[in-house]
Amino acid sequence: MSETIVIAELSNGKMSQTTNELVTAANKLGTNCTIIVPCSDSSIANDATKISGATKVIAAKSDVFANYDAAAWAEAIDTVAPSGIIITSASAQSKDLAARVAARRSISVVQDVISIDGATLSTPIYSGKAIQNVSFNGDAVISVRANVFPPTENSGNCEMQVIDTTGNVSTAVKEMVQRASQRLDVSEANIIISGGRGMGTPANFSHLEEIADKLGAAVGASRAAVDTWDEIPHAMQVGQTGKTVNPNLYIAVGISGAIQHLAGMRSSKYIVAINKDADAPIFQHADYGIVATWEEALPVLSSSLSNLLG
Amino acid sequence: MVDIAVLVKQVPDTNSKIQISGDRVDLSTVKMDISPFDEFAVENALQHKESVGGTVTAITVGPAGADKVLKSVKALGVDNIIRLDCDDYMDSNGLQSTLAQEISSGGYDIVYCGKSAADTGAGSTGPGLAERLGWGSVSNITDISFDGGLTVTSPTEGGNAIIAVTLPAVITCDKGSIKVRKSNVKGIMMAKRAQVDVKPVTTPESSVSIVSHMMPPAKPAGKKFEGGDSAQTVVQLLRDEANII
Repeated sequence: MSETIVIAELSNGKMSQTTNELVTAANKLGTNCTIIVPCSDSSIANDATKISGATKVIAAKSDVFANYDAAAWAEAIDTVAPSGIIITSASAQSKDLAARVAARRSISVVQDVISIDGATLSTPIYSGKAIQNVSFNGDAVISVRANVFPPTENSGNCEMQVIDTTGNVSTAVKEMVQRASQRLDVSEANIIISGGRGMGTPANFSHLEEIADKLGAAVGASRAAVDTWDEIPHAMQVGQTGKTVNPNLYIAVGISGAIQHLAGMRSSKYIVAINKDADAPIFQHADYGIVATWEEALPVLSSSLSNLLG
Repeated sequence: MVDIAVLVKQVPDTNSKIQISGDRVDLSTVKMDISPFDEFAVENALQHKESVGGTVTAITVGPAGADKVLKSVKALGVDNIIRLDCDDYMDSNGLQSTLAQEISSGGYDIVYCGKSAADTGAGSTGPGLAERLGWGSVSNITDISFDGGLTVTSPTEGGNAIIAVTLPAVITCDKGSIKVRKSNVKGIMMAKRAQVDVKPVTTPESSVSIVSHMMPPAKPAGKKFEGGDSAQTVVQLLRDEANII
């Protein structure tokens, strides 16, 4: 079995639980899992030493990790991970990095893995309308979808090594613009409430925002909504030409369930659909369907959530 | 003056149903089209040329049927169209090395491509190609400006980064605020007569092989309720049955 290397996934400067999921995936693929933590301050790597299933942690310390630059990150990571099967998360940034690291070593990359059976990897194709099973030989870089593999415990205690690395930065960040709204992006959220053209007007999305705030959810939209209303930006679009998401809970409001939209959200753990048309295709994919107009259902949803969550 | 390459790919129309025959995807009855994100790459490439002067060359890898996609972008104003002739499966390593050879020998300054292709959804080609060429890259851009050098907007955790790009570079494109142009009759007529520069390629050895294709596992039927008041029941089920809120 090959050695495995997990590139730690960080979120808001903290170790993300996704890293534990990546270790689970790594242990299915090979042995001796080393976690590499890209960091400018090695203290963040301490948390990784507790992750069960890993044998070693390398804090790859470099100034280049302060901002994302694909070329510099790949170069810096390559110096501490010259061989072995490399596993990353399938976040947008980590997929980009995975492709870079693979190309640097002239090996292949398999993105968005959702299941591992021996040396066979499954990945969604056509945005999840079908599944492709592939086998690979030799080393490869593999990105793994979040919320698919169970996370390992945090009851380990493995050694940590700090290695100074460097890379050549090829782009210059001129400015970082914070999102105006405090609300999460659909690609980062565990709960998403999305609206479609059935919302009637873009102003009615405020009702979705109100519920999103109670749940700590992101607000998404169907392509029809994004294409119809300038007020609904493409960043909110869930679907084959928008973002592919797999949150724990996806609430679709006034969305009929076009094939385009289903492709982007069908792998969500739980799906709730609210639609006035009882025959809308979205109901075939919903765990819980509510046949009602949003005007009828959302106030009840909102007050029930308030009662439950306080 | 910049020599611009834009990578385009022919994929099934995103509204089409995908069917499996045996253990492989059957695309024989599916309408093929340009991958949606590639349209934004083409638009950015054309705007880049219009802003500073130069040429735009569209490149695809695929069989003769993919010429249609090249002609559709030719109709939009692309100068040259090249097809690297290959109908075999290539893994990311093979595809990127094939493209890297073509980009190196073509002497381009910048490559635009979609953030991912609508079939694989992988998004590996842009960054992987950049690494092989030793170029910088920015992925998933949602906005672009050419005044005072190339500046792009790319999403980060919690917002956006506005990034100054030094050429040569690979830029992968999302939809964002970019509006794509439509072809006109004159463009379409001209594209019809245009010659595709077809170049033979040797299929590189692949370390990844396709074992099978299958439909995603069907979800068990859910529970359906009538009327807005049932939202209360659903909230309770999300707590008691699903344990997610």
